[in-house]
This record gives sequence, C-alpha cells and structure tokens, in this order.
Amino acid sequence: MGINILSVCYLVASVTFIIGLKMLSNPSTARKGNWIAASGMIIAIAGTIFLYNNDGKKLGNYEWIFSAIIIGSVIGVLIAKKVKMTSMPELVSFFNGMGGACAALISIVEFDYLYREHRTIASTFFSDVVSPGHYLAIIAGTIIGSVSFIGSMIAWGKLSGKIKDYSFKGQHLFNIIILFLVLATAVFTYFSNTHSVNIPFFVTVALALLYGLFFVLPIGGADMPVVISLLNSFTGVAAACGGFLYDNKAMLTGGILVGAAGTLLTILMCRAMNRSLINVLIGSFGANTNNLSGAKSEHENIKEISVSDAAMLMAYAKKVMIVPGYGLAVAQAQHTCHELEKVLEEKGVEVKYAIHPVAGRMPGHMNVLLAEADVSYEKLLEMDDANEEFKSTDVVLILGANDVVNPAAKDDPSSTIYGMPILEVELAKTVIVNKRSMKPGYAGIENELFYRAKTSMLFGDAKKILQELLAELKNI
Amino acid sequence: METVIHFLQQNIEMVYIVVLMIFLGIEIIGRVPSILHTPLMSGANAIHGVVIIGAIIVMGKAESGNYVALVLGFLAVVLGTLNVVGGFVVTDRMLEMFKSRTSKKEK
Repeated sequence: MGINILSVCYLVASVTFIIGLKMLSNPSTARKGNWIAASGMIIAIAGTIFLYNNDGKKLGNYEWIFSAIIIGSVIGVLIAKKVKMTSMPELVSFFNGMGGACAALISIVEFDYLYREHRTIASTFFSDVVSPGHYLAIIAGTIIGSVSFIGSMIAWGKLSGKIKDYSFKGQHLFNIIILFLVLATAVFTYFSNTHSVNIPFFVTVALALLYGLFFVLPIGGADMPVVISLLNSFTGVAAACGGFLYDNKAMLTGGILVGAAGTLLTILMCRAMNRSLINVLIGSFGANTNNLSGAKSEHENIKEISVSDAAMLMAYAKKVMIVPGYGLAVAQAQHTCHELEKVLEEKGVEVKYAIHPVAGRMPGHMNVLLAEADVSYEKLLEMDDANEEFKSTDVVLILGANDVVNPAAKDDPSSTIYGMPILEVELAKTVIVNKRSMKPGYAGIENELFYRAKTSMLFGDAKKILQELLAELKNI
Repeated sequence: METVIHFLQQNIEMVYIVVLMIFLGIEIIGRVPSILHTPLMSGANAIHGVVIIGAIIVMGKAESGNYVALVLGFLAVVLGTLNVVGGFVVTDRMLEMFKSRTSKKEK
C-alpha cells in the first residue's frame, strides 16, 4: 500500500508544479504560486524519504540523508537571504548549476551500480546487459547535467565579474568537434566490454565538462540571460532523465515542464535580442560582434549637458520618461532613482519608466530592481506602451542603457542588432543620456543616438549623477 | 526500428507524460508578462530541483560499504537541496517586492 500513497504524493506534487508555474505568470498570484510549488516539493521529498519502497526494500542511510538536507537547506537559505537584489541573475545561475551537478551525480552513481554488477561477467558487452532506454537515460542525464553544471558556474562567474570572456580562433569548429566526441564516446561506451566500460564512460563525462566550459566561455556578458535560461531548461531535461531512470512521475513532469518552458523562454529572449538559437547553441556570437558597423563612427560632435541644466529641463517638463539599463543596476542606483521620481512628482511632473524586455542582464531584471526600490507597478511601461507614450514625452532620461535604444536596430541593415525592437526614445522632445563613458554597450557597436541633435550626454556613474540631480532639483 | 517500437511500448505512459508536459510547459509560459520573466525563471529553476528525489533514492539505497555511492549520493542530496531551497527562497524574495507594491497601493 505504501507505494500507492507515494504515487499520490507524486501526483499531488506534479499538479502543484503546474499550478505553481501557472500562478507565477500573474503578478497578483505569483507569490502564492511559488509557495504552492514549494509545498508540492516538500510533499514529494517527504514522501520519497518515508514511503519509497523498491521490491519491498525501504530506503536506509537516514542519518546521511537528513544531514545532507539540513546542510543544503542552511547554506541555501543563507545565500538566498544574504545576496543583493542586483546579483539575482548570477544566483539563479548558481542554483541551476547545483541542480545540474545533482542530476549528473545521480546518473554517475547509477552507472557505477551497473558497472559493479556486470564487470565480473567475462566478454560481454554493456549493450547486452543494459537496455538502450536505461542507458540513454543515464548517459543523457550525465552529459546534460555536466554541461549544465559547468556552464552555469561559468555564467555565474562571468556575471559576478570573476571570469572574463575568452575565445580563440576556430573555437566554433572546436566546440562542434568536442560535442561530436561527447556523442561518439557515449555510443562507444554502450558497446564496450563490461569489465572496462568505466573508462569510456568517464572520458564522456570529462568531455561533457569540457564542452560546457567552452560552450559558455566565449559568450559575452550581455548574452548571459539567454545562456542561463537555456541551461535552466537543460537541467530540467537532466532531471527528467532521472525520472525515466526511477520511473518517477514527479521528476518527469517537473523536469519536462521546466525543460519545455525554459526552452520557450530562451527562444522568446533570443527573438527580443534578434538572435537565433542556433547561434547561441554553437556558442559563437560573442566573438564576431566586436568590429562590425564600427566603421560608421564619423564622430560628429556630441553635446554634453551640465547637471543643473538637466535638472532644470526635467523640473519644467510635463512628462519625464526614465529608461533604466544595466548601468543603473551596476551603480545600485534604483533607490536614488525612485527618490528622483518622487521629487519630480512633487513638482507636478509626470514620471514613468520605459522597460525594454531585455534591459539589464535578464528579462524583467529592471522590474525586479525598481520594485525593490518601491517604484509603483503602474509606472513601469512595457516596450509597446512606452513607444506610444514617447510621443507626448518632454524629457527622456536614459540611465545606463545603450543597445536597447540604439536606432541602428531600425535604420541600419548592416548592424548586428538590426531588427531588434527598441525603445524609440527619439519620438520625445529631448533625450538625456547618462553613461559612464562613450564606450559601446554589450553588443559592441556604436550608438548613433548619442550624436543626434536631440540628445545631450550626462557622463558619470548613475548613482552619483542622480544624487547631484536630486540636490539640484531640491534647490529649484 | 523494432527496438524503438519496443521502447515505446514499454514506456508508453512516460512518453505520454513527456509529450503532454512539453505542450503544457509552452502553453503556460506563453502567457507570462515580461515583467515576471526573472521570477519565473527562478521559480522554474526551483522546480527542476525535484531532481533531489533521485538523489535521495540513490543515497537511501546505497549499501554501507559502497563509498562511491555514499559520498556522491550525499553530495547530490546537498546540491539538490541547495537548488530547491535556495531557488524557492530567492523567488519569494523577488516576488515579495511586487507584493509590497500592490498591498501599499490598496491602503
């Protein structure tokens, strides 16, 4: 009877995952949805610990299981509570890597069982003793989990500034060769002799780790959200492989659900950035975006504006639109930005925020940041609404955003970002751009917007500039 | 070909689940406003932490002399728990900020 109750537990868990994801798609129910999914997870875990029963054999090693869970929980809660809101993206990547490593380890241990069981049998092949489906689940879990683990760790390191972009000539081909080798050794392992099958298996693991490394290393920081989302869905698939292995419906539904949803999310992100998923998969686009369209820099005069003039402009405007970007996140200026908004509103200026879907380092990154600073939900406009409102806007203040307002995406077919939807800030009367320097953004291309007649530049760290603006505004 | 059919016959239930879940996953995500993409990615990240079930099974059925399974299984449970607990707590922290917005507005 025990196994039946467990099946019900897994069914409940699967349903909560679906409902949880569904509720996460609505701002008013999202938080509840998260907890519903979490409670389903607790049911599934508790059920597994106490009710799992394989041919009458119950689980043992409780002291190990519980101490591992306690260690994991304490570290997990500590990290999750301590981290700053600005470093959220890398944290998601970090936890994703943990999940990937977990999936890979499970598969490795399962392989080890098979190896121990059959290694003494003389001159048989691994394919004679293990069914193709079973082997496929193990090897896929191992490979995908390993790639996801290393990839997520690299992405985490890159976003927190610990690891620099690295690429070399012919990396494109190199990656394809490694990927091919991974698959080849995986097949070779299956048709190896049982007493030496562990060698090709661990070569496969090593190659998969190598692939994960070179898969993420060359990709530039701006493309990290796409990579993290993709690796997120990878881990989902790796978890589903575990579901096949143990005939476990909760793992299967949870894993596939995340795998499918994550893949779609990745495609949506790619589309917003005007890149194809194929390019991401081969891991090449970071390398070839550097020198294109740079030839166009005729360096017309740029116009600088002083802080007091900028403050004056905004104070006497009817409507100000703020375009936040990564510069705002780096400078941790979201609270100062909210203060500026309040001061302007006291002066009767209408203030809104225009949020590009890929502003910052993750879709929705800016929304999370601004929400942390208590910016009202209704003030955040999505791209299409914002583009409508720019027509009636007097001043646009761009805080550390670059590529998402680059008009080359609309006018210059030779540009790498051509076709990407942008915030059409030029529809407004004046544009003030705050940047630290004239350096190009993450796509590595010039932004002609900065040279246009309507545009004035306000150089400096976003937080410092905002504080100075605030001081000026209070004096007006 | 025969092995493929044999495989499908043996696992038909699982294959159904996979196919349905793929469509369901796509359907659910398709309606998410872009503001919620980061929390959603984080929530999905926590949900694939369900892989911890596998880790618990590995750990629980390891015999006392099998150190490979014991050590790797232990590590897997720790990492899996990190994924689950950390994932849900972080998602909640993100969503908390949206929540505080709406409740303040109602006041």
